[in-house]
Amino acid sequence: MSSTVLHDMGVAQLAAALRGGQVSAVEAAQHFLARARSHQHLGAYVALNEDATLAQAREQDASIAAGTAAPLAGVPIAHKDIFVTRDFPTTAASRMLAGYRSPFDATVVARLAEAGCVTLGKLNCDEFAMGGTNENSAVAPVGFDAPRPVRNPWDGARVPGGSSGGSAAAVAARLAPAVTGTDTGGSIRQPASFCGVTGIKPTYGRASRYGMIAFASSLDQAGPMARSAEDCALLLSAMCGPDPDRDSTSLDRPAEDFGRALGDSLEGLRIGVPAEFFGEGLAADVHAAVDAALKEYEKLGARLVPITLPRTDLSVPVYYILAPAEASSNLSRFDGVRYGYRAKDYADLLDMYKKTRAQGFGDEVKRRIMIGTYVLSEGYYDAYYLQAQKLRRMIADDFQQAFKECDLIAGPVAPTTAWRLGSQNDPVANYLADIYTLPASLAGLPGMSVPAGFGESGLPVGLQLIGNYFQEARLLNAAHRLQQATDFHLRAPEGI
Amino acid sequence: MTAKLIQGYEVVIGFETHAQLATKAKIFSRASTAFGAEPNTQACAVDLALPGTLPVMNREAVACAIKLGLALGSHIAPQSIFARKNYFYPDLPKGYQISQFEIPVVQGGEVGFYLGDEKKTVRLVRAHLEEDAGKSLHEEFHGMSGIDLNRAGTPLLEIVTEPDMRSTEEAVAYAKALHQIVTWIGICDGNMQEGSFRCDANVSVRRPGQPLGTRREIKNLNSFKYMQQAIDYEIRWQIEQLEDGHAIQQATVLFDPDTGETRAMRTKEDAADYRYFPDPDLPPLVIAPEWVEQVKAAMPELPRAMAARFVQQYGLPEYDATTLTQSQAMAAYFEDAAKACGAPKLASNWVMGEISRRLNTEEIGMDAVKVSSQQLATLIGRIGDGTISNNAARQVFEALWSGEGSDVDAVIDAKGLKQMNDSGALEKIIDEVIAVNPANVEQYKAGKDKAFNALVGQVMKASKGKANPQQVNELLKAKLA
Amino acid sequence: MALTPQDIGRIAHLARLELSPAESERMLTQLNGFFGIVEKMRAVDTGGIAPLPHPVAAIQDVHLRLRDDVASEPDQREANQQSAPAVERGLFLVPKVIE
Repeated sequence: MSSTVLHDMGVAQLAAALRGGQVSAVEAAQHFLARARSHQHLGAYVALNEDATLAQAREQDASIAAGTAAPLAGVPIAHKDIFVTRDFPTTAASRMLAGYRSPFDATVVARLAEAGCVTLGKLNCDEFAMGGTNENSAVAPVGFDAPRPVRNPWDGARVPGGSSGGSAAAVAARLAPAVTGTDTGGSIRQPASFCGVTGIKPTYGRASRYGMIAFASSLDQAGPMARSAEDCALLLSAMCGPDPDRDSTSLDRPAEDFGRALGDSLEGLRIGVPAEFFGEGLAADVHAAVDAALKEYEKLGARLVPITLPRTDLSVPVYYILAPAEASSNLSRFDGVRYGYRAKDYADLLDMYKKTRAQGFGDEVKRRIMIGTYVLSEGYYDAYYLQAQKLRRMIADDFQQAFKECDLIAGPVAPTTAWRLGSQNDPVANYLADIYTLPASLAGLPGMSVPAGFGESGLPVGLQLIGNYFQEARLLNAAHRLQQATDFHLRAPEGI
Repeated sequence: MTAKLIQGYEVVIGFETHAQLATKAKIFSRASTAFGAEPNTQACAVDLALPGTLPVMNREAVACAIKLGLALGSHIAPQSIFARKNYFYPDLPKGYQISQFEIPVVQGGEVGFYLGDEKKTVRLVRAHLEEDAGKSLHEEFHGMSGIDLNRAGTPLLEIVTEPDMRSTEEAVAYAKALHQIVTWIGICDGNMQEGSFRCDANVSVRRPGQPLGTRREIKNLNSFKYMQQAIDYEIRWQIEQLEDGHAIQQATVLFDPDTGETRAMRTKEDAADYRYFPDPDLPPLVIAPEWVEQVKAAMPELPRAMAARFVQQYGLPEYDATTLTQSQAMAAYFEDAAKACGAPKLASNWVMGEISRRLNTEEIGMDAVKVSSQQLATLIGRIGDGTISNNAARQVFEALWSGEGSDVDAVIDAKGLKQMNDSGALEKIIDEVIAVNPANVEQYKAGKDKAFNALVGQVMKASKGKANPQQVNELLKAKLA
Repeated sequence: MALTPQDIGRIAHLARLELSPAESERMLTQLNGFFGIVEKMRAVDTGGIAPLPHPVAAIQDVHLRLRDDVASEPDQREANQQSAPAVERGLFLVPKVIE
């Protein structure tokens, strides 16, 4: 099998080639490992372990030979460094966890392994999943001694998005056919949009959070990123399902084949278009690409319905109260006592805590811990945290109202395309740029980003699709039909 | 009746008790709760708060809460919420404790007990489920402390009272009553030395009629003796402070058994801000009425109800009934013996007397008692039918207890302890004794009871202890009349 | 609701973060900027609305699952302590804990 074609293959195609013996799992793994190394300037991978990867690949080859192959046997993938893995260190892109080895695998990692996937390595991200540019990573990518930014494969001077920036960049640069990411406030959808790849965040509670280093417990969700909806469906089906023994927030809904309706007709599909997503802040080029995609949907038989999500702008303060509050508590375990970084010099226990955490955490993480601690503190809980939890219900109710008029909601993922590295240093401005992805996160609804075209300077634009609870199959169907009518998702950055 | 004032001050005490629940596994993980394991061999990934770990609730811990609620007449919340109590300490792996804050599982209820012969009732505010922290060892490792997290995650019920107690004695009696209840219903092993039952006492004083004084909290009292000493000391200390013109500062204090004093802890945090919020990893706990009914149906008769029944059914005095119902095992033993021999008061005497004494001396519990309730019943029967005297019975009991023999009648025969019941032979002996002790007979007739006892003694001696003392008494009296 | 330097000190202490004077100042500015956008949220009338504990609770009841009381975790001390900064005789070592 010609190896120049391997990295252009989608997951489904690759899985078939592996099963059919046209390529071995070891060959496939070696191919992608070589690409990871030859593209290390992108900074996407933070950990590789060739021995472990090839051992997994050999196991998959044996199962293929024995006729006991799992559905995705031998398909190489990579995991965002938020998922703990036994075979690779897990850092959450933080100095706090440099060199940390987990004694167990995340449930999502284990399930993908059970489905036959082979792990190529760990992917760069914003520290503890906090950020929208992957500029907050504090670990050195493979091939370097110090942290450096992850580069958008479409334009090396620009951000890939975040927090799953390494994940999106790896897919866009074909360093893995599919990857895992996590989405708390848009961290799968936004980098997918910036890097021109497909990504989906399922309904909250579909994928187990066990082994996913917690940022904001009531918002975090795992999801796949790949170059097509079809590929995302394959991975999502393997990832999701109840985990009653380990994650109390995982729902009892049984695992599904999310690709079962990919080819369904969109005739009569009502696509809600929220007025609030098309306001002043939306860049003209993004607006144009999204409009064009919506026109494609009309050609496919769908009907556009104007809807309103009146509390869209409140989603920013609500999210940025709730997520940091939960994070401030979730990150208290990083104290230098049982694992991870411990300061070298300190006077006593209190000093050890303060220095360890000051030195181990980056600026954005510290900022969010401070915000979270403040809004939970005595005298402020009611006015901030409790108020935000109530508004959260109202935002979720707004979606339920909207879904009376439509089957899916569509709009932009982000107000702009990817910006230049180092150009956006105002944290608050960064928070405001999450405005379109936050509402679905707060409501716990499934959301996707689908490549919808290119904007100025040839930068990718993603279309966001939001479904009602448990409607992932429908979202993937809508995405797939668009991908049959367009080829944006197949384009590769030049020179990759 | 109000408790007496101390130097004109009224004492106000409230308790917070942490009872470790007797589950096999921890409250949020599947590690064992067994005591005494090597450090950190019972602390799994969840207990260590390794990155990515999450809590899953142990059903049995909830069942324990339901049992306690039923035993104390509390309201069992149909929905309750787990909350995070955030603070930093090396024995607290997550940097927060999962507890319950605004909506606990058990609300209200009361504990009733006797203080002397006065009936007391202490009201409960609430009882909630939470996880225990690990331990910091006192032993030093080159200036560092060693942390063992085996205990981290052990389920606790924190039981909080209203400040209803008015004396040290009442407080200790309350603690003993609560201890009895939690062990009786099987939710806690009550082993205070192992830390299964720890009390914090909130103590304040005030002039009668004045608002509540500032309280200080004495933490981690794990013996009734220390409880008594600590609270007494604290009361005296507070009164002394106030009399000297100093105000009481709110503080957490520890009791030092070596000095007998309470002393304020070095402040870990000034007025800690725990930033409670509902734990997003744990949806609301729902307890359906059906579950409560199921638990209720399987619960044993509670000690106070059983004691009342003993009084009613067996005609026992309150004191006996209360003593016998100190444990399920003792109450069951008594009741078996009483039913078998038909002499409940005697059964009660033997359990409270000979048996309890031996349990104390040998430091064993009812589970290790060496004479069965059947054996005791038989023995009591032999006293009742005159086969042996009380004295002889004690010898038989000792023989049974030490394992010399296991059949009551066999032991009686082997030791030749059968009483002489033949009144003919006895009368002869009595006649002889009267004949050779004229002086005693004179003195008795003159009103000296001691002389009578001397005569009885002579008869017993002459019969080699086999005479039935009651019969001797009757016959002697009759002959001397 | 503007924060003061004292607030920054108090919160940093609660969060066990040591901040240099420069960092504290920067933090103060950034947090005040942040709370500027939050003010709008505080004014919204949420009377009668219950907080949302689990997102899916918006459409269906989500209750705590209970598991059986079985102690099935084996002793994995070595694996669990492989990333520990300081361990001796199975104990995690920390600067002396003073009561």
